[in-house]
Amino acid sequence: MKYRQARWDEPLIFELASNQDRETFQLGDDYFARLGKETLTEVAQDIVRKEGPNIPNLSEPEVVRHYTRLTQMSYGIDVGVVPLGSCTMKYNPKICEDLANDDRITYAHPYMNEEHLQGLLEMLYTLQEWLAELTGMDVCSLHPPAGAAGELAGVLIIREYLQDKGYTHKDEILVPESAHGTNPASAAMAGFKVVHIPADERGNTDLNALKAAVSDRTAGIMLTNPSTLGLFEEKITEVSDLIHSKGGLLYYDGANLNGILGIARPGDMGFDIVHLNLHKTFAAPHGGGGPGAGAICVKKELADYLPKPLVRREGSMYYLDYNVRKSIGRITWFYGNIVPAIKSFIYLMMLGPEIREVAEVAVLNTNYFMKKIKELPGIDLIYGRERWRKHEVVISFENLHRETGVSAEDVAKALLDRGIHAPTIYFPLTVPEAHMVEFTESESKRTIDEVINAYKDIVRQAYEDPGKLKGAPRNTSVGRLDVLRANHPRTLAPTYKYVRKRNING
Amino acid sequence: MPHYWIPNSVKEVKQEMLKEIGVDDIEEFFKDIPEQLRLKKELRVGFGKPLLEHEVRRKFLEMLSKNKFTGFTDAHRVFLGGGVCVHYIPSVVKAIVSRAEFYTAYTPYQPEINQGILQAFFEYQSLMAELYGVDIVNASMYNVSTAAAEAVRMALRVKRGRKRILVASSAHPEIKEVIRTWVKGLNVRLEEIPYGREDGELDVSALRTKLSDDVAAVYVESPNFFGVIERKLRDIIEVTHDVGALAIVNANPLSLGVFKGPGELGADIVVGDAQPLGVGLNYGGPSAGILGIQDRRELLRQLPGRLVGMTKTVDGSENGFMLILQTREQHIRRERATSNITTNSGLEAIAAAVYVSLLGAKGLRRLGEALLGRTTYFLETLRKRDVEAVPLFEKGLYFREVTISFKGRDARDVISQLEKHGIHVGPPLSKFYDVMHDCSLLCLTELHSKDDIDELVSKLALVLGGEAG
Ligand SMILES: Cc1ncc(COP(=O)(O)O)c(C=O)c1O
Repeated sequence: MKYRQARWDEPLIFELASNQDRETFQLGDDYFARLGKETLTEVAQDIVRKEGPNIPNLSEPEVVRHYTRLTQMSYGIDVGVVPLGSCTMKYNPKICEDLANDDRITYAHPYMNEEHLQGLLEMLYTLQEWLAELTGMDVCSLHPPAGAAGELAGVLIIREYLQDKGYTHKDEILVPESAHGTNPASAAMAGFKVVHIPADERGNTDLNALKAAVSDRTAGIMLTNPSTLGLFEEKITEVSDLIHSKGGLLYYDGANLNGILGIARPGDMGFDIVHLNLHKTFAAPHGGGGPGAGAICVKKELADYLPKPLVRREGSMYYLDYNVRKSIGRITWFYGNIVPAIKSFIYLMMLGPEIREVAEVAVLNTNYFMKKIKELPGIDLIYGRERWRKHEVVISFENLHRETGVSAEDVAKALLDRGIHAPTIYFPLTVPEAHMVEFTESESKRTIDEVINAYKDIVRQAYEDPGKLKGAPRNTSVGRLDVLRANHPRTLAPTYKYVRKRNING
Repeated sequence: MPHYWIPNSVKEVKQEMLKEIGVDDIEEFFKDIPEQLRLKKELRVGFGKPLLEHEVRRKFLEMLSKNKFTGFTDAHRVFLGGGVCVHYIPSVVKAIVSRAEFYTAYTPYQPEINQGILQAFFEYQSLMAELYGVDIVNASMYNVSTAAAEAVRMALRVKRGRKRILVASSAHPEIKEVIRTWVKGLNVRLEEIPYGREDGELDVSALRTKLSDDVAAVYVESPNFFGVIERKLRDIIEVTHDVGALAIVNANPLSLGVFKGPGELGADIVVGDAQPLGVGLNYGGPSAGILGIQDRRELLRQLPGRLVGMTKTVDGSENGFMLILQTREQHIRRERATSNITTNSGLEAIAAAVYVSLLGAKGLRRLGEALLGRTTYFLETLRKRDVEAVPLFEKGLYFREVTISFKGRDARDVISQLEKHGIHVGPPLSKFYDVMHDCSLLCLTELHSKDDIDELVSKLALVLGGEAG
């Protein structure tokens, strides 16, 4: 496909300033501003600004044009396919945006008496119930603002639960080597020692390694199932029995439930705690990095440990319940990220009991892609070569790299040139030269074929003229960027202050 | 069942794809799930069946209409405080964050195709750095409560071996709770520093006696939970530095149009919440947490979260932007990462950048003055009309929020009386403390006109006694 991204030479907002200040957008009225100014004269001048912050004074159309041009040099799911594995870049239905941006939600104050917000609370409560049903867990809370925050909540629940049982010696959390980086990071944040477990050839957790690692010190295991390799943990029941027999808990990283939605549930597999990313499986948009929304779900025995407050119902009244007896406390102030949660509520309302279709098509898409891609030279699957994938597949360009010098990164940049956002690269770390590809249910066969053809074309080029791929991308707003310069202490420029300083110094 | 969000859900397409794969049935892909784990029943999700878009709209609006709160048309009667308040969201901000190129993007892992959003993040970082008087601001945390918790954790890593954190007692009670939760695995002690009974500001001499070389950081807010500006911030920071501890200051960005950025006063780490910068209340979330630091190696190495930097193309011909210093993050450093944060609040950070660009230095200054003017006006009007309500801290300098004492009258009772008049005040301090039952917070923003404030005072007079006006 032919692709030409916009290439504005758009200055920084600071550089748009001119000597003549514009009248800027005003929210401060004269009467009160005058009063405020008088008050300021009585304040110790030590803390009062003499001059304004260094922020340009621009007119409204100038600001709008600046940011609109920046949007033209950006790429989201509405622009084209974003097959970032583990990120579940599915279509974000417009109806969800449209309805959730209601100013009865946008302007709703978190300390307003619940009596005035019954409709909103009913939606949140209902969503909690639906998520419990989908995961096979007993109680869900929308408290975590994202997946990683849900993980922190989850491992803290493990910690407090085990402490209450007197198991203070349990200080190790087991994490598969292919796990998302947040798993070990979260476990460490809660004070656990992290023990890594390798995968076997089929891509399952290596049971022998697991048995060797499990001990009295085992507090629990964090698993993603299907794993980040897109493979279902075939021996999940054995894993569950083994951990439970040692008094440990099972934590399910459900950031991405897309491969088994309506087909199998973590609750039935023996998991005690689950977190979900509403901004993946449940179609809330990613916002270029966030905000997302998390959920944390637990079995009954752990319900008292959930972060507070919980949205509960009594009769026909919905309310915030702060009376969570052994609560780990608060992961965030207030009640979580409500707006994305409402978008997920609308998404589920639309699909209803037929949600299983999402997983079926997502999995069909993955396997269709895998089947075609593994025929290409230079590509390998490493783990579970003969197995079907679920939500995603990880392919390795190790052979291609060895044979042509073209790396997974070069291939990624060449995809950009064809108007295709690259998949997740170099992850998981256990797969060399990896591309982790996920289409979700949202991509058509036609688009998947385009991606396959792009890969074909790139691999062909790699064998014919590898040097050319080193120059990619050419059709994006800028060419390939200098990573070393970006990260070097002498050239590091994380804010405009650095740009200005260096310009002055020469 | 086919669905119009799912292009390949049509039977014919499925069959064609299955044929090319060489499989008869989609079920084949799920055979490695143990039989007893495969769901046999339909799940109780949604309202019994899939709904069409117009049916969803109707159902949604019916549910939402159970809210008595009517949204913007009610906002000028909402005087609720407690860290967040009603603020206007300019249409420009809404328009930009509604652009799908931004809101449907993922974190820009492929910089060349996402220069625009990267530049927007870079501008957010830069604008906040100017406002807060620091050198570096990251690409956002979830909100100020987690930014504060991360700042504390960061300080504990920078000051390894130091095991005490001093927190202003006047800090937001929920932020204190968040910090407490986030340090649970770290074996550290959180201790509170009292505030002055007359001015509501941190008691510097109490701080001095608590400080020693085992303190990693001091956390203080300005304006604090009571709405009071810390006028001795410079002293607080100085005595903190005297024992080699780090000063973490949480400031409201709207106060920084008129007050100096905490970084300028010497703070090592600054935090704030972008909520008033066009983000909206959103029933408490999402928002964006501002987290900034001074240009010091030991701080930068421990900074959590995404950071965007300016660089050049490999051939040196053009400027560009990309995520930098990623070796601090979970996907590379794993259990040794500075934080587990991945998804942040990117879009809300862009909202904040657009808001600040739109108001400019001039607009921010004027808004800051006008907010300060409102608390001045409100307190004067209360006094003039002899209303039986006084600021809890007689000598405090209030910004945006005021803590009011109803002189012995139960605050919950007063608040529910006001609610009957359609006015929302609160939260009562008894929500957080076992004492101060007669006190409540109250917030005044640009959405409250002079008439609205007069009306508030009249209703307070009616409920509490005073000239009804
Ligand atoms: C498997 C997995 N676990 C956890 C996370 C973390 O979720 P979040 O980014 O919402 O913090 C992600 C996504 O980033 C993920 O893909």
